Amino acid sequence: MDLRDKAFEVLIIVDDRAEAEITVGVGRTALTRFANSFIHQNVAEEKQWARLKLVVDGRAATGSSNRLDHDSLVRLVDDTLESARLRPVDPDWPGLTPPTAWLTLEDDRYDPKTHKSEPETRAQVVKDFVDEGPELRAAGYCATRGWDTYFANNLQHRAGGRATMAAVDAIHRTATSDSRGWQFAPSIADIDGAAAGRLAAERARAAANPVDLEPGRYEVVLEPACVADMMDFLADGFNAKTYAEGRSWVKPKAALLDESIDIWDDVNDPRAIGVSFDAEGTPKAQRVLVREGVCRALVHDRRTAKRNGTRSSGHAVPGGEVSGPMPTNLFVGGGDQSPAELIADVERGLLVTDFWYTRILDPKTQVVTGLTRNGTFLVEKGKITGAVRNLRFTQSYVEALAPGRVLGLGDDARLYELWGGWAHVPSLRLASWNFTGGAKG
Amino acid sequence: MFDVASAAVEAALAAGATYADARAMIITTEDMSATDGILEQVARSQSAGVGVRALVGSSWGFFAIPEPTDAQARDAGEQAAAIARASAMVPGPPLELSDVPVHQAHWDSAWVEHPAQVSLAEKGDLLVDVTNEMASVEGVSVADAYFVSWDTEKWFVSSQGHRISQHLVECGVAMSATAVGERETQRRSFGGVGGQFGTRGYELVREADLRGNAHRIGEEAVELLQAPECVPGTVDLILGSEQLALQIHESVGHAIELDRILGWEAAFAGTSFLDLAQLGTLRYGSELMNITADATLPGALGSFGYDDEGTPAQRVDIVKDGLWVGVLSGRDSATIAGLPPGGMVRSDGYGRIPMVRMTNVGLTPGTSTLDDMIAATDNGIYMETNRSWSIDDKRLNFQFGCEMGREIKHGTLGRVVRNPTYTGITPQFWGSLDMLGGGKPGEWIFWGTPNCGKGQPEQVGHTGHPSVPARFKGVRIGVRG
Repeated sequence: MDLRDKAFEVLIIVDDRAEAEITVGVGRTALTRFANSFIHQNVAEEKQWARLKLVVDGRAATGSSNRLDHDSLVRLVDDTLESARLRPVDPDWPGLTPPTAWLTLEDDRYDPKTHKSEPETRAQVVKDFVDEGPELRAAGYCATRGWDTYFANNLQHRAGGRATMAAVDAIHRTATSDSRGWQFAPSIADIDGAAAGRLAAERARAAANPVDLEPGRYEVVLEPACVADMMDFLADGFNAKTYAEGRSWVKPKAALLDESIDIWDDVNDPRAIGVSFDAEGTPKAQRVLVREGVCRALVHDRRTAKRNGTRSSGHAVPGGEVSGPMPTNLFVGGGDQSPAELIADVERGLLVTDFWYTRILDPKTQVVTGLTRNGTFLVEKGKITGAVRNLRFTQSYVEALAPGRVLGLGDDARLYELWGGWAHVPSLRLASWNFTGGAKG
Repeated sequence: MFDVASAAVEAALAAGATYADARAMIITTEDMSATDGILEQVARSQSAGVGVRALVGSSWGFFAIPEPTDAQARDAGEQAAAIARASAMVPGPPLELSDVPVHQAHWDSAWVEHPAQVSLAEKGDLLVDVTNEMASVEGVSVADAYFVSWDTEKWFVSSQGHRISQHLVECGVAMSATAVGERETQRRSFGGVGGQFGTRGYELVREADLRGNAHRIGEEAVELLQAPECVPGTVDLILGSEQLALQIHESVGHAIELDRILGWEAAFAGTSFLDLAQLGTLRYGSELMNITADATLPGALGSFGYDDEGTPAQRVDIVKDGLWVGVLSGRDSATIAGLPPGGMVRSDGYGRIPMVRMTNVGLTPGTSTLDDMIAATDNGIYMETNRSWSIDDKRLNFQFGCEMGREIKHGTLGRVVRNPTYTGITPQFWGSLDMLGGGKPGEWIFWGTPNCGKGQPEQVGHTGHPSVPARFKGVRIGVRG
């Protein structure tokens, strides 16, 4: 299917009845899943979609469909027009994105072999992972995704892009412990199942027979999966809509975080995954969100930008009329200490490799509760002295990163998939983490 | 649509599958949301396609495509079989399916008023009106309301002769008010987790009476911001039925999923503290605890005619007089466990492989009333409406936060407290159940959860949870960050 032709077909159907923007895409998701050390579910899906926004005299509505034959597209346009006419005039309607040049990402981040990965390729990654722990039970997945999208509006703005991702994300299990190995990359060729499996197997063995630890405040070294979880919650604070509603933890120009913390969003970084324009077709700009602990900027779509008298930063997301704009390619600046060096500086604390089932109690305080998972280790006098059972924590993520609380940043920054995007994050050594319960409650 | 599904199944068999099935589906969704009197979103979406599942050896292969021709459907069937064959590079014991009667049937869910037949203007006006009403309360910073409906048509074909079509209509509605203070926010919501949802028509929305509750919701959000913090301690806890519905979902519903017990979900959703060797003997809770999984309950969000393997909806005992007696299962997992298949396998669309899912997992009502419980409590707290939920990967260690708490002293409801939380360990918590509501008409409610995440790629399931108010003795509350 020629995506441009399909997008133009929609604009021709709309004609002059409305302002229109259309995104058409195709994609493929494949995922090979294993448990008890064998593949049990092996799936693939071909996808196609059209996402339409129509605006009639300042009244906007959206519609989407995966039925792309002409008659279905006519219905999509007619239904969306009907919805738009119902809407009140939006005083903040910013208009469509005008014709704008955008940075086309280097195509070397799109890998056709990943987009169309063969099941044997994924099974080999799984086999490599499983074989690292022959006496253990392995579970997890190897996945690939590829997508190709084209954006057009009837102001003659056009944008197109394609991307791929691949992952292995799995655990090895003993009778008393689990440990995780994960890798995310733009290409399946960069996924090393054996390396991920080796780490998980070694950790699972080391984490066997954990002991209970009394809850309380402990110094921690958080590995990148944990830091990525923190970014998952902190990200919405940079959302200009959340901020305007008073629900954000962010205070512009305030030094809320330690001076060692830099956070930015940049899809154009070679380490990122994604296309270089947002849901409104706006080019995605690099956005420095926190520099040396000081909140520097929010992210905007066209609507929040108009309200704030600024320009969109290219962070509109599908459904953003309700949720607002979001940073989707976050980076946290790393340090120069290896993970082992971070641990070596801990007098008594915990090495936490993963979080689980984290839920926010209040977006403004960023108090989150959750549990440790997949290996938690006691560190004494700079050395790992044993494994402990999973602990529950109730901790403000902002306070954990507050000035003076960040004691070290790792040189091990890695890419991790969030619920709504990506984060490239290092390990962090933090002065205090509030563990509020153990395995027994 | 039966024809394309049949073509996919025939091709999968010809390509070497020992069993194959296919689901053709068309799902039409309507979402509307309003904030502070402005209708912010009106969105309609439709997805249509076929997903085919092929069994070869120890693995399922699955392939899905949008709107296929017969030729494309056959290709999908061949690909599903090829994907399953590739799994033999990392093989396990052969997977077998339990026997079930073969059905050729059609089933419609019941509705009085199809949501699509209600004008967009009427639905939009409701959301605008209630958000205006909530926002009119001084101190309310943001007022949100939301409506969603799903119309799902399915055509299921299996290589064993199943040909089943179904038409389900589901909808839901929600509203909430948020008050923002200098240091924190407080939210007050109407309904259960995210609102109220059911396999029903627009009559669900009319019965919800959003207009009649909007002002109260706004006032309570503001009241919470000024309220004292929940005092930490160990007290008797009374939960509203909507919060207990989530407690059931998290600490019973997921724990009894047979795929989790067998380790199939170990890496992501997790496993379970339950061991099949203890089925029939493990004490899950007090004798007041009776839980069923009942996919036949009229109007509940986890109801259907046949699951996505063609097994008829059924009612299964899960916990009887406090003893664990049942699981949620499908044809493959039930065979391994040596149990009858429960008819509890569903997918969230044509593009995903069916998996074990909660149906309507809920409590059989008791004889007490909420008023009885409060009157019988000397030192306790009443909590209502979930705000946060977290539980470990074995479904043992949980911590839930609610929107509103009310202290109870000497049998009387006292002051409102903010940020109430409680924490516990599943069997101990359910073992402390000593008063169970349902003694008053209207206390037994079929709450719906439309956002249950599970599986990889992740699927969003619709589940139901019949629930009542209940009292639990000696629960730790007030955990803070």
